[in-house]
Amino acid sequence: MSEADAKFAAALPQPPQGARFGWVRHIGRSSVALIGLSILGFWIVVAIAAPWLAPFPPNQSIRPMALPGAMGPNGTTFWFGTDYLGRDILSRVIWGTRTVLTYAPAATALAFAVGISGGLLAGYRRGWADEVLSRLTDLVLAFPALVLYIIIVSKFGASGLNIVLAVTLASSPAIMRLTRGLVLSLRTRAFVAAAQLRGEPAWRIMFVEILPNASGPLLVDACLRLGYVVITIGTLGFLGLGLPPPDPDWGSMVNETRKFALVFPHMVLFPCIAVSSLVLGLNLLADGLRELVAQE
Amino acid sequence: MLAASLLLFLLFELMPGDVAVAELGPYSTPEQRDLWMAANGYDQPAMLRYFAWLGHFAIGQWGESRIFLAPVARIVGTRLENTAILGFWFFAVLIPLSLGMGVLAGMREGSWLDRAVSAICILTTSVPPFASTVLVSAVFVFDLHWLPGTSTMLDGFSYRQLVMPVMVLVLYDFGYIARITRATMADVMATPYIRAAILRGLPYRRVILRHALRNALIAPFTLLMLHVNWLIAGVIVVEYFFAFKGFGSLILEASLGKDLYLLEACTMITVAMATLTQTISDLGYLVLNPRMRSV
Repeated sequence: MSEADAKFAAALPQPPQGARFGWVRHIGRSSVALIGLSILGFWIVVAIAAPWLAPFPPNQSIRPMALPGAMGPNGTTFWFGTDYLGRDILSRVIWGTRTVLTYAPAATALAFAVGISGGLLAGYRRGWADEVLSRLTDLVLAFPALVLYIIIVSKFGASGLNIVLAVTLASSPAIMRLTRGLVLSLRTRAFVAAAQLRGEPAWRIMFVEILPNASGPLLVDACLRLGYVVITIGTLGFLGLGLPPPDPDWGSMVNETRKFALVFPHMVLFPCIAVSSLVLGLNLLADGLRELVAQE
Repeated sequence: MLAASLLLFLLFELMPGDVAVAELGPYSTPEQRDLWMAANGYDQPAMLRYFAWLGHFAIGQWGESRIFLAPVARIVGTRLENTAILGFWFFAVLIPLSLGMGVLAGMREGSWLDRAVSAICILTTSVPPFASTVLVSAVFVFDLHWLPGTSTMLDGFSYRQLVMPVMVLVLYDFGYIARITRATMADVMATPYIRAAILRGLPYRRVILRHALRNALIAPFTLLMLHVNWLIAGVIVVEYFFAFKGFGSLILEASLGKDLYLLEACTMITVAMATLTQTISDLGYLVLNPRMRSV
């Protein structure tokens, strides 16, 4: 590269470096986002510290049908009571956090990896790749998501891996569509043209130049979608299609104990509160982030 | 639609052995399965079988349901009817409630009413239907004894039994629609033509009703239509919990009971409904937004 070329390259439009992740640093400005983040943070801490926080092993049968606050063996207390098999509900809610915060982020991350790659490819390359991917997207989106999950899980069996794959299949098309739209509006910008002139390979333009500039709306969508996935995994558990027993997950806990809700509402109450608060945290975070992204 | 049928066919019917096992049960002998496959034309190539299957589907020959021992079309018909009643009341409650709240909140962005509506909306959309069914029935059925806890409708149709399912569905959904309505309403209120109308001295009521509403309701209308697809998830949960004999619980029963023909028919119907509502929403958009007509 001659000196003139170097000068020319330096004079070319650069991507808006500072603006790329500027809104992340300003998260403290949005109280809504902060509340959401702290609820989410609380559940992450609970999930990590589950072995130390839970007073009993989650699957151990101790004393059935104990009410919240009842005394357990050796001076312990069943703060949330026990279920019909005598398992401590507090411990099951705590360990259930691990289940949901393992599978939901894993499924969401995989869906985003597939969706973003496809969306970048379709939006940047256009042509036949766009045609094929867009038709596939339309096809999958014609199915109601839960029906798709039920079919997949009932045909291939309920396991953690199958749930992750089913979520990926059902939600990556929507992510692909979103990414494609963002890429279409970015690909004609000057910094993309500059990168093309510099001779950067296509994958680098897609992932290093375009993707970071589309990160705001994608992150908002990720928070919302993570919330949906938490609901979905819970719903599958509730319908009896979730992870196999006995390990606790919130949806299955509600399903197993709802027959007893008449006499012992505490058995269903606590898992319901847990799942609702986690989703609320994610929704608040998405809401706050959306405002911050819109301000940029 | 056709592509979706092909996907379904690939998923369910490509392997004739699977179909035979599904229809005859896991304890059938290989000879029985072979006989059954030959008798039902499963020895032909997959291409031919696909078109035969599609043809049968198009003329309403959906086969026999294994768990109900009755023609699939008849079962699906009665179940769809029940869910249509549920859906009708759901929309009858949802539309005035969510649009009303959204418009009121969006009229004055940042007011206490706006904040209160937004807070309620984000709270209710965060409670998954499976949690709210349990919580709502704990309050209204077990504590207050106001309403029945199941909606089987065994002794004929009953509005009392319909209240709970509709309530749960509305509770989960209205927040989403209200928030979208609020956002578009707030956008419309900030446009110059609304400011001009107010400055011209037109009564505030008139500005809202005649000028703002029409433009503010375009997005929520298209959303409501697209919502039918999304609604099915809630319907499945609610019908399952309240033992309501509708289409949602039928899908679940078909898939849990591995009732192949029934499941195929149900899925095709949901896809058809999705395609239909998508078309209606596109047409409605044209009617509501004159700018789109010339394009």
